[in-house]
This record gives sequence, structure tokens and C-alpha cells, in this order.
Amino acid sequence: MTAQLSRAAASASPSRSTGRAPATSVAGLVLRTPYWVFTGGLAVIFLYPLVWTAVASVSPHPGTSQVDGWGFGNYRALADYQAGIWQYLANSAFVSLLTVALTLVVSTLGGYAFARFSFPGRDALFLVTLAILMVPYATLLIPLYVLLTQVGLQNSLVGLALVLTMFQLPFSTFMMRISFEAVPRELDEAAMVDGCSTFTALRRVLLPAVKPGLITVGLFAFLAAWNDFMAPLILINDSDRMTLPLAVSNLRGQVQGVVDYGATEAGVVVLALPCIVLFLLLQRHYVRGFMSGALKG
Amino acid sequence: MTSSTLTGPAAPAAPVRHRPVGRALQGWLYATPTAAFVGVLFVLPLLLVMLMSASRWPLLSGYQGWNLPANYSRAVSNRFFVDSVVFTVKYTVLATVLLIALGLGLALLVQESTRWKGLLRTAFLVPSALGLASASLLFYVLYSPFAGPFAPIMERMGATFLGTPDAALWSTLFLIVWRYAGFYMLLMLVGLQAVPADVYEAARIDGAGRWQTFRHITLPLLRPTLALCTVLCVTGSLLAFEQFYILTKGGPDNSTISVVQLIYTVAFQGQNDLGVAAALSVLVLGVLVLVNVLQIRAFSRPEER
Repeated sequence: MTAQLSRAAASASPSRSTGRAPATSVAGLVLRTPYWVFTGGLAVIFLYPLVWTAVASVSPHPGTSQVDGWGFGNYRALADYQAGIWQYLANSAFVSLLTVALTLVVSTLGGYAFARFSFPGRDALFLVTLAILMVPYATLLIPLYVLLTQVGLQNSLVGLALVLTMFQLPFSTFMMRISFEAVPRELDEAAMVDGCSTFTALRRVLLPAVKPGLITVGLFAFLAAWNDFMAPLILINDSDRMTLPLAVSNLRGQVQGVVDYGATEAGVVVLALPCIVLFLLLQRHYVRGFMSGALKG
Repeated sequence: MTSSTLTGPAAPAAPVRHRPVGRALQGWLYATPTAAFVGVLFVLPLLLVMLMSASRWPLLSGYQGWNLPANYSRAVSNRFFVDSVVFTVKYTVLATVLLIALGLGLALLVQESTRWKGLLRTAFLVPSALGLASASLLFYVLYSPFAGPFAPIMERMGATFLGTPDAALWSTLFLIVWRYAGFYMLLMLVGLQAVPADVYEAARIDGAGRWQTFRHITLPLLRPTLALCTVLCVTGSLLAFEQFYILTKGGPDNSTISVVQLIYTVAFQGQNDLGVAAALSVLVLGVLVLVNVLQIRAFSRPEER
């Protein structure tokens, strides 16, 4: 009885709450107070660590670079750390953007091939691409370290971007394949009747149609590359070629074992801010990325 | 442009459906970048790691000759091997149970689309936009006995977040739940949406209570989603690295060393033995493939019957 009542109250669907709506107005409000407190409390638990870090990074705290009053002392400390925050930001931006660009190009061409052409070895290649997901990160990074050293791409941001692109391919190729498959074949066939080559049909007709897929793939590639820790940890040696997560992590335990917590807070904010902004702007595309994966299993 | 020269000759004979051979060639052309990435950066390293695991291969001097069983026996007899395997399995079981239960709970909580529930979903999901490394750094400060917001309370209680093995494990689990619960909530929501509304309606008309509906309708219909979540969560947890490398640093008393952390340590910190690290990696790969196959089989059995 109560279960049904709260279910009806909790659901916005009018079909379930018809006839009950007037009765729930006062009683429902009382009954729902624990619900509001509970869910509100949960939301606070999830948001608190982020808000606290952002506030703490600009508030005064002994033992940090921001002792008196509020200000950006911790950020200035971060800016002066080793090669400087701008260098690490530039490294991270370079690696992330190169990874996004490579992932978009490779998975668009690949997804187009898998969706629209049949060629010998197609299914095998697709399966092997998906198999990347099955193999542990560390299992691949150790031989990749050796291989990239052989060709002079170890300790290089380009080499790092190539590796990160490879790790993105299972998701992005899958995503682009189903995006192309969702477009009616008549569309590009009509373009080819009009004399377009397959490449022109792809560029002029299909690309606009798969734009949501491209945004999802680009978003995931950016988040993965920007946040990746293990690949740069293994592949990058020089401190001025480090990416931001690695630099902020190394920040701890610098000055005679004393951790600069203030600068670490500032570093976390700089790391997290682009991700959260992108997430909030592109939430729809972020959610779709998960849905496509979940639907196919 | 390459493609236009390829379609050119075929055009007069068959204007729409091109010659199959030409189409196949074009397909391969479009797939070439994928094949190059997969071949050079995935298949080749995979073969190389097998070779490395069977050779003497110090970090700085490279291949030093064949030594087949030696790396594997050295890997297994590493003094942290058994401890790290036990710890990783324990962590994996706890993380999987917590994340699946909480993911499902949160999903049921925000299932209907109202404005408030939309806000809740966003709040639960925001942490999953952060990198695991960033999240670990964040909690490193949050748990700190010097700078963290709970430092005074913890000091009065005489406790620490990372000071004892158990505390460190549960503190790490809290971080992981915080970072990933929204992610699993989202996967569960997708699964819940696939359950047709009239099934619930029919159950309601038959007088099924809330718990009965959940137990006999939602859970069985959610089976594929639960399978996917379990596979993802077990795989991810078995390969845990950042949270232990950054947050607990394997401590206290080497009690929180995960298997992947051991691989990293053997390869690049101290021992610098890529051969043994490769052997460990191959062992992990084997276990992972086995676990995934078993899980997929376990979850798909009832449908096959």
C-alpha cells in the first residue's frame, strides 16, 4: 500500500497517478521528506569532494603557498613547479588534441569501411580491433616501451598520442561503424549515382549524418587522453615532456618529502575543470557513448 | 582522390553497384589506417610480450637470449606475488559487489525523468568525467591528516584514512565507488529502459508488491546488463593501478600492492627486469581471458537452456 503510494508519488507518469493526485498533495509532501533528504544527501556526497577541493585551492591554509587570506597562491606555486604548469598544460593539450584528431580520422575511415564495404578479412580485423579491450593496459605498455624505443618514439609526445589512439580504437571504431550503419544506404548510393566517388560521398553526404557519433568519439578520446596516467608514466622520461596528471602526481613528495597539498589541490582543479566543463556541455553525447556499448553488450 | 580513380573504370558498366573487386579494394583502403594501428601497436606488441616473457630482457640492455621457464618461475616466486594476487582478488570482489549494488540502487532511484532526478543523475555522473588519476590525487588530499577537511575529526577519534591496511582498502573503495557509481548507474538505466512498461503494468494488476516486482521481473530482465557490468567491473578491478600507485602507494606495509602495480615495479622501479614483468603480464592476460570467458558463460547459461 505505502509502496504503491510512494511509487505513484515518485513517478511523474500521469497514467499511474491518475485519481490519486489530489490525495497526495499534503500527505505526499510529508511522506516524501525522507526521500528529499536522502537523495539530497547522496548528491552532496558526490559533489562535496569536488567543491571542497575547488574552495580549498584558493582558501588560506598553513603549510601551503596560500597562508594569508584567499587568493591564487597555490596556483602560482603550481605555475613555478619544475618546467611550469604552462609547459605541462601545453604537453597535455598537444597529446589530447593529436589523439582526438587521429582517433577521428582512423575510426571514421575504418567505421565507413566496416559499415559499407565487404572485403576479405573484414570481420577478422574488426574482431582484432575489439580484442584490444580484452588485453590489460600494462601487458601492452611494456612491449610498446621497447618498440617505441627502437623507432625513436619513446619519450615522445607523438609516440604517446599514437599509443593512446590505438587504445581508443575499439570504442571509436565500434561507435563509428554503428553510426554509419544507422544511415540509410540510399543516401550515399544516390550521391554515387550523381557521380560522386565513395570518398566524396563520405565527406559530403555521410559525415554530416554521423556528426553525433563523431562528437561522442571525440569527447571520449579527449577525456581518455587528457586523463591517462599509466601510458605517460611508462613512456615519458623527461620531466619537461610530462603530461599534466603525471606532473601533478610528481608534485607530491618534492621538497624534502613535504607534500605541497595546496599546489596539489590547484593541480586537481586544473586537471578536472576541462573534463567537467566538457561533460556538462556534451552530457547527451557522453550518455550516448555508454548506451551504444551497453545495448550491444 | 585515390578512390575516384578506382571507381572511374567501373562507372560505365555498373553506375551504382560497383565491381565487387573494386569495392573490396576500396574497403581495404579505408580500413588500412585501422589495420596499421592495430597491427603495429597491438598485434606486434602482443607477440613481443610473449617473446619477452621467454627471454632475459633487462630494461636497459634489451634481449639477452632465451630462458623460457625462468621468468615465469621468478615472477611467481617474487616476494610480493602471492600477497598482490590475494589483495587484488579481495579488492575486485569488494569493488564489484559495491559498484553493482550501488549502481543498480542509484539507477532505481533516478529512473523516472523528472527535473530533480535529472539533476541527481548529473550529480552522480560528474565524478566519472574525472580521470582516475585526478580522482586519486583529489582523495589523496581529502584523506590527508594535514590538509584534509576531516583531519581534526579523525585526529580526535585517533583514526586515519590510510594508516592501516583495512582503512586503506576501504578508503580506496570509497574513492572507486565515488568515481564509478554514476557510470554503472548509467549502464543500469539503459538496461532498465529496455524493460517494457507494460510488463510492470501487468505485474501491478496481478497485485505484485514492489519487492516482488523487483525480484521476479526487474532482476531477471536486467540479466544482460548485470552481466555486462560485472564483466566490466571485474576486468577493471583486476587491473587496478592508479588508485594504489597514487593514493596508497602500495602501503601501509606493502598491504595494498595490486598485480599491475607489481608489474610496473618489477619493470621500472628497482629490479628493471622487463622479462619478468612480461611474464607477469602474460599471466594476467591469461587470467583475464579465462575470467571473461567463464563470466560470459555463467551469465548466458539460463537463456540457452
